[in-house]
Amino acid sequence: MPFNASRGLKVAAGAGLAFLHLPIVLIFLYAFTTEERSFAFPPPGLTAQWFAVAWARSDIWPPLILSLQVALFSTLIALILGTLISAAMAGAKFWGRESLSLLVVLPIALPGVVTGIALRAAVPMLHLDFSWITIVLGHATFCIVIVYNNAVARLRRLSGAILEASADLGANAFQTFRYVLLPNLGTALLAGGMLAFALSFDEVIVTTFTAGTGAASKTLPIWMLDELIRPRQRPVTNVVAIVVFATTFLPILAAYYLTRDTAQAAVAQK
Amino acid sequence: MSPAIFAATTIASRLTGVFWRHPKLLLGLLLAPPLLWLGMIYLGSLAALLVQSFYSFDDFSGLVVPEFTLTTYAKLASPANLSIILRTLLMALAVTLASAIIAFPVAYYAARYARGRWKAVFYLGVMLPLWSSYLVKVYAFKLILAKEGIVTWAASATHTDWLLNAALALPFVGGASLSSSYLGTFIVFCYVWLPYMILPMQAAIERVPLGLLEASSDLGANARQTFWTVTLPLALPGVIAGSIFTFSLTLGDYIIPQIIGTSASFIGMAVYQLQGTAGNVPLAAAFAVIPILIMLAYLTLARKAGAFDAL
Amino acid sequence: MPQTPAVTFSAVTRHFGPVKAVDGVDLTVAEGAFFAMLGPSGSGKTTCLRLISGFERPDHGAIHIFGQDVSAVPPHLRNVNTVFQDYALFPHLSVLDNVAYGLMVKGMGKAQRLAKAEAMLDLVKLADYGARKPAQLSGGQRQRVALARALVNEPKVLLLDEPLGALDLKLREAMQDELKALQRRLGLTFIFVTHDQGEALSMADSLAVFDKGKIAQIGTPAQIYTQPATRFVADFVGSSNLLPPALTQALGGPAQWASLRPEALRLADSGPISGVVQSHRYLGTGTRISLTLHGTDLAAFLPAGSPVPAEGSRVTLTFAPEALHLLGDAP
Repeated sequence: MPFNASRGLKVAAGAGLAFLHLPIVLIFLYAFTTEERSFAFPPPGLTAQWFAVAWARSDIWPPLILSLQVALFSTLIALILGTLISAAMAGAKFWGRESLSLLVVLPIALPGVVTGIALRAAVPMLHLDFSWITIVLGHATFCIVIVYNNAVARLRRLSGAILEASADLGANAFQTFRYVLLPNLGTALLAGGMLAFALSFDEVIVTTFTAGTGAASKTLPIWMLDELIRPRQRPVTNVVAIVVFATTFLPILAAYYLTRDTAQAAVAQK
Repeated sequence: MSPAIFAATTIASRLTGVFWRHPKLLLGLLLAPPLLWLGMIYLGSLAALLVQSFYSFDDFSGLVVPEFTLTTYAKLASPANLSIILRTLLMALAVTLASAIIAFPVAYYAARYARGRWKAVFYLGVMLPLWSSYLVKVYAFKLILAKEGIVTWAASATHTDWLLNAALALPFVGGASLSSSYLGTFIVFCYVWLPYMILPMQAAIERVPLGLLEASSDLGANARQTFWTVTLPLALPGVIAGSIFTFSLTLGDYIIPQIIGTSASFIGMAVYQLQGTAGNVPLAAAFAVIPILIMLAYLTLARKAGAFDAL
Repeated sequence: MPQTPAVTFSAVTRHFGPVKAVDGVDLTVAEGAFFAMLGPSGSGKTTCLRLISGFERPDHGAIHIFGQDVSAVPPHLRNVNTVFQDYALFPHLSVLDNVAYGLMVKGMGKAQRLAKAEAMLDLVKLADYGARKPAQLSGGQRQRVALARALVNEPKVLLLDEPLGALDLKLREAMQDELKALQRRLGLTFIFVTHDQGEALSMADSLAVFDKGKIAQIGTPAQIYTQPATRFVADFVGSSNLLPPALTQALGGPAQWASLRPEALRLADSGPISGVVQSHRYLGTGTRISLTLHGTDLAAFLPAGSPVPAEGSRVTLTFAPEALHLLGDAP
């Protein structure tokens, strides 16, 4: 078993990784191009004017704020429901346990179009109007599994007996939840919440089905989609892309640092 | 003399006793809200979808006819619709295979050889593109694959335009430019789903105990034999887990083919267009049922192959 | 004035599906005793411990703690504390907060409970470790924290679930002495579960041997060792020669199963046992030789200093008649 990888393997791995990141770098580059109408490479000139233009445009802020709002509410709901499910799974085995974990994964395992059209068909039946609330309904559903996965991974690492130890020492169920379960689960839940936030902020496929037609339920990704199909000022779209990237990058990084010890422990166990 | 039993003085204490005597009660309380949500909203809407697929659509009045019929499913067998289904399936297959091949060296290196700081680099290096904006990535490729974009520039700079033109001249998959050909669509799909393939693969390879590889070489196998007979079979569940994502995501995507590719339709686009302005929800539902069936079958097979432990 | 026993089991049964983990167990543990529950894994001893602490509920029968029926009492209301097998220390709390936890949830004020925790840490010889986290401690230290955490609550009964299993030999022996001294000093009732018969014999005042959910025998260590009731006990507690009825008869006893400890056999010029030495093993404290008689393998333990017969040589062994102990198994 060679201790160091062969040159070929290193090159292939590095190339794969570069392939992943190159396009994003290009986006950043194109936010500074002076050419407004095409994607010519190399860009004819560089300027930072588009950031100011984007700031001033009136059609960008409402979608941004709506996306933040939707992401916040979806994350909150996903946190509550995801925590409840993982708490239930943490205990003893029960009938239907496997089916439940399948049910939780299903919203993300089935293609987004399916979830989207299913919800779109259901909303009128629930006598609701399409609005940001229906968007939240969709987002929260597939964000549950994100929180759940993080919580379950952390629960697996905890000594099973600490909950029993707490009861043994005289704590009732609520005290055990507050003094033992929550502190140990906290960072995992936070990480799950951050990832859910990022996922919701960026989601577009299900959103197109569950949003209304008005401008009031246009999230930022939907705005971007419109711009991609009918572009106005292309570099402005790039600027927005950078904003979206930053808004999702930071929670991901935070989630990584919050659960780094869990990941390392999982690797160290081998 | 301290007592052998304490009295339950608070409501919390009494409730705990109730939960201890009836553990299913606590379980029920914990699961009620999530089950209500997932059951009613998610499963309920899926059921509604299924029901819709058995209705039919009257082209003249533009209304849905809520009577049970199989004619909508029969419409799926029309040549135009069949080609949509086939096109999507073939693309999903091709993308899955290609991503598996590209992902493997990255996953293998990250699992076996990356240590310390490099492990973090690889982890973040895969996670960040995974979670960074889907639309941003698609948009990036529109720039890259455009006729005046970086690929054309790079091809002429390295005098490999003949390669690019040959690829574009390929029958069926080629086109006027990369951004308006199946080749382009294929490339973008591979790119966007690559992290979904890398992560489960990496996890599965990491789970192959080092001791087994050492035992293999101890018994006389060289590196290549060890790879094919020990590492690969044990890492297979991870490969299958990754393929669940790439297959499922490709089956349902309607945005990438719209932005990069020919104007030909894929299942996702068909669903979107049919239920949109046309209002032909039954046919859209029927189309949507196909990925559901395929994925359920795929998931059952994958679970048998042990892929769920790798997820 | 008869004391109320600390723990009583009356015909307690616990099923797990079709398996009877605990099958009609009757048990009495006296107050202030150091009681051991011994048996192989799966014999029901741990389940019995969990029945006392409340983490399992009996399907049939009753459990009394100091005379009070605890069938309807949840774990947090029983004045019983457990030292868990993997210690189950709270990773997010300091050692001091871990020890003070039981006092905290019962509402004791901060200054008072921390003082008591400090005193308890001092008792288990970890006085300066209060500020550390469990992850920074060694296995033996964690075990002592778990002990302190349980004892600070002054429980009526302390339960220990295989407390010394994870420790290495030297540490284990040192802890055995410490536990015993602690128990005597505090006067509490200790019940501990182990699969190590040497540990049970050396620490317990009385012990119960478990076999497949039932108690095979209860008694003092000496009783159990010298007068095992069944083949299982004779074989599990210490090593013993198990003589089938025919062999027992050949050696002068009735047609019954019997047990004969290896150390009870001595070399002699004449005696009932005669055979060819098949192997011998040097153990430091003596040598163990084995030979076959009437188709049964017999082992004899010759203390250091006695002559060791060579392999293949013929030997004669004898024993005191009272060393041949009849067992209760059916022939």
